[in-house]
Amino acid sequence: MSDVDRSSSLAKSGGRNPLLAVEDLRVAFRTEDGLVQAVDGVSFHVDAGEVLAIVGESGSGKSVTGMTLLGLTRSHNARFEGRAAFGGRDLVGASDDELRRIRGAEIAMVFQDPMTGLNPVQRVGKQIVEQIRAHEDVSKDAALERARGLLERVGIPRPTERLRAYPHELSGGMRQRVMIAMALSCEPRLLIADEPTTALDVTIQAQILEEVRRMREETSAGVILITHDLGVVADVADRVAVMYAGQIVEQGTLDELFYDPQHPYTWGLLGSIARVDRPRPTRLPAIAGTPPSLADPPHGCRFRPRCPHAFAQCVELPPLEARAGEAGHLDRCWLPVAEKREKRRVGGQIGLGEAA
Amino acid sequence: MTRFVVRRLCSMALVLFAISVLTFLIFQAIPNGDPAQRMAGRLSSPETVAAIRRTWGFDDPLWQQYLTTMKKIFTGEVISYTQQVNVLDEIRKGLPATLSLAIGAGILWLVLGVLFGLLSAVRAGGLTDRGLTVLAMVGVSTPVFLLGAVALYFLAFKVQLFPNGGYVPLTQNPADWAYHMILPWLVLSVLYVGIYSRVLRSNMLDTMSDDFVRTARAKGISERRVLVRHVLRNSLIPIVSLWSLDFAAVIGGGAILTESVFNLQGVGQYAAESIQQLDVPPVMVIVMLGAFFVVVLSAVTDVLFALLDPRIRLT
Repeated sequence: MSDVDRSSSLAKSGGRNPLLAVEDLRVAFRTEDGLVQAVDGVSFHVDAGEVLAIVGESGSGKSVTGMTLLGLTRSHNARFEGRAAFGGRDLVGASDDELRRIRGAEIAMVFQDPMTGLNPVQRVGKQIVEQIRAHEDVSKDAALERARGLLERVGIPRPTERLRAYPHELSGGMRQRVMIAMALSCEPRLLIADEPTTALDVTIQAQILEEVRRMREETSAGVILITHDLGVVADVADRVAVMYAGQIVEQGTLDELFYDPQHPYTWGLLGSIARVDRPRPTRLPAIAGTPPSLADPPHGCRFRPRCPHAFAQCVELPPLEARAGEAGHLDRCWLPVAEKREKRRVGGQIGLGEAA
Repeated sequence: MTRFVVRRLCSMALVLFAISVLTFLIFQAIPNGDPAQRMAGRLSSPETVAAIRRTWGFDDPLWQQYLTTMKKIFTGEVISYTQQVNVLDEIRKGLPATLSLAIGAGILWLVLGVLFGLLSAVRAGGLTDRGLTVLAMVGVSTPVFLLGAVALYFLAFKVQLFPNGGYVPLTQNPADWAYHMILPWLVLSVLYVGIYSRVLRSNMLDTMSDDFVRTARAKGISERRVLVRHVLRNSLIPIVSLWSLDFAAVIGGGAILTESVFNLQGVGQYAAESIQQLDVPPVMVIVMLGAFFVVVLSAVTDVLFALLDPRIRLT
């Protein structure tokens, strides 16, 4: 099966028995500026062995979505609604204790900054062992031996020695591998990777993505890859959800999103990628304006204030629907499909363009 | 390591030299500080004063007086002006009381400070935290002499729960020793408990928002383990340095007020009496002793730091 076949078949199989099904997730934080609706009615699913990329700018709610699934955003000032079905349980409504048992064992998370993500005063071996022994009744020696195997598996040379290293003795890429080894230590069924490559240089990025891909192949775990880097998405994702201002504005297979994007925000993201296979523009096109405040979002379509193609109907919020023909390809834009295909063509490639 | 020790020894010598010169000079500048005049008494003839001045060497040039004093200190022959007894012997007599006070109070304020700080941080914003914050403020802003006097008045004089000051050697009667030390320990600790709990609280709240704590939570270990193994462990490092410097100051005779209020007859009280009488030799010795402990313990702190935090190396 080619990549294209597999990803589209997975998208269709989605509804039947997904690994994780998030339904209408809402997360709000009480702040000094009022109630901030960080995640506003997000629904998606992830199948086993599938990589779902969640893409968006900083502040679009993608990290909050990921962390909420593990209960890491829980606090006195947070309000949650919706459901997240995972293995017969609801992650949103689960008790702290129930979630704690799922965290690290069934769902693992890799965070953005490997430089600060490990405890600076603990040997890395001990940090991995701590996670294993939190979930499984194994001896320290057995856990340490397993940690050694994990380090070897994620491509760390001389793993026995590295077990005794402190985080500051390792490079950034090495530390991210340790984080991945840690995440894999209890063979999770779902891995949430929050910008796992953002803090790394390009060659290390490629190696880390290779680890994610290999892990998916070997364990058939599902992966949620949170990123703002469309290059990373093109590399490993099967399906993509684009988030803007706390909502999903477009969702589809990798090919649908890259070759037939329906939402102007997606066009803008695609248009602002630097490409080596095209003549170099004098300036990279950027999406004008800034993302809206989530404490006081614009009514109607959230992207309306920045969208050059906005028209009268955009003051009503468009629902997330299949508009482009494919059942799994959803978007939130009122424009007729034919008009979209016209408007997104900017100088021979996809872009946000300017108002007519 | 050798380099570390050599550097520390050099800086110690430098600090002790500077401190001794400063202390010596301050007493030269104090008005009415002429020791010969004071020794001779108010109604003495100028001849007597001149005689004293000659025998004690007060008419020598200043640098020579300093050198003589320093030589006497290091050969253990230094004599006080007022009592005219060996200063080192006096200090040796006061040391057990001072050590008892410092060690007992040091342990007490470390344990209570960490406990209250931890509680405050875990319950940040809650009632426990607010209560402890108020207590810490009261503790930090109440002067020791007032607190000591109030404690003595109510608990020793009115209720007679505790003895009215004084010191009983540990070797003589351990129970009585502890009985006499409880109030001084508590009173001296209050200030430090207040400071330490506030410092630890804010350290812990800072650490709690660190990425590695989020990683620890994501591992699915218990919240208690996250707090103790990750948050507290990383937040305790600055407390260690605070503690050893404060402890050094108290052990070197810094608890002047507590010792005086409770009449413990320790080194600090000896310092207080000597200052009142402008008695230079004991003051110099005690100040240098204090500086010595501070320098030694700060070196010990650096070693502890390197043990607690692998990112730090001794140079």
